[in-house]
Amino acid sequence: MKINIPTPLRAFTDKQATVEVAGETVQAGLDALVAAHPELKNHLFTADGKLRSFVNVYLNDDDVRYLPNTEASAVNADDELTIIPSIAGGTGVRASRSLCCR
Amino acid sequence: MKLHITQSDYEALRVHGEETYPHECCGVLLGHARDDGNHVAAIVRAGNTRTDSAHNRYNISPMELIKIQREARKQGYDIVGFYHSHPDHPAMWSSTDFAEAHWFGCCYVITSVEKGKSVLTNAFHLSGTTEEDKAFQHEEILITQAAGENA
Repeated sequence: MKINIPTPLRAFTDKQATVEVAGETVQAGLDALVAAHPELKNHLFTADGKLRSFVNVYLNDDDVRYLPNTEASAVNADDELTIIPSIAGGTGVRASRSLCCR
Repeated sequence: MKLHITQSDYEALRVHGEETYPHECCGVLLGHARDDGNHVAAIVRAGNTRTDSAHNRYNISPMELIKIQREARKQGYDIVGFYHSHPDHPAMWSSTDFAEAHWFGCCYVITSVEKGKSVLTNAFHLSGTTEEDKAFQHEEILITQAAGENA
């Protein structure tokens, strides 16, 4: 399967935007990706092996978190996984509060 | 390091913030990362999924981001940054912006929109490689006249 790597993580995939891996499930594909590029592990997973909250993984057009079998979902050779960090923010304050920066 | 962007794209992202006022706008910067900074070749407007708190929050759905990324790659571009507006707040990153920033090496552009009019636009480069060492660094915006990558 092909795994699409987002811009900020390409520093850990030898600048590759896509990585081809073998695997029959989403988890197997991610494991193969991390095996090939070990520095990715801490960026994708928490210490207990779960995907970090801000890391989204899509199997084609489906969020893996919402698939019936989640990471155990079956993957065909022509499927694509896409890793996409979340993008969010905002002032985050009420009108009466001051802006908080560090 | 500078953010290179055309006058038209720069104006377009500022106008976007005026159009969504008093809510936050958001969008994606496409182009190329080069040694002297990110060069913007196009901007893409995105929807703000935070309809529950759109006056002080923004979020781009991952699926929309994936679609934008797919189209960008067809044109030979990458995602090099994002923009959003701060309605009636300074053009400075907030604690929320910092906590939610995960695109290392990318540029986060923020425009303050006061009473419906865009005032100041700032750019911040997300440096570092992990959640522990990341930092926002103010980045000069270099307005170009031609295509962003020709600057």
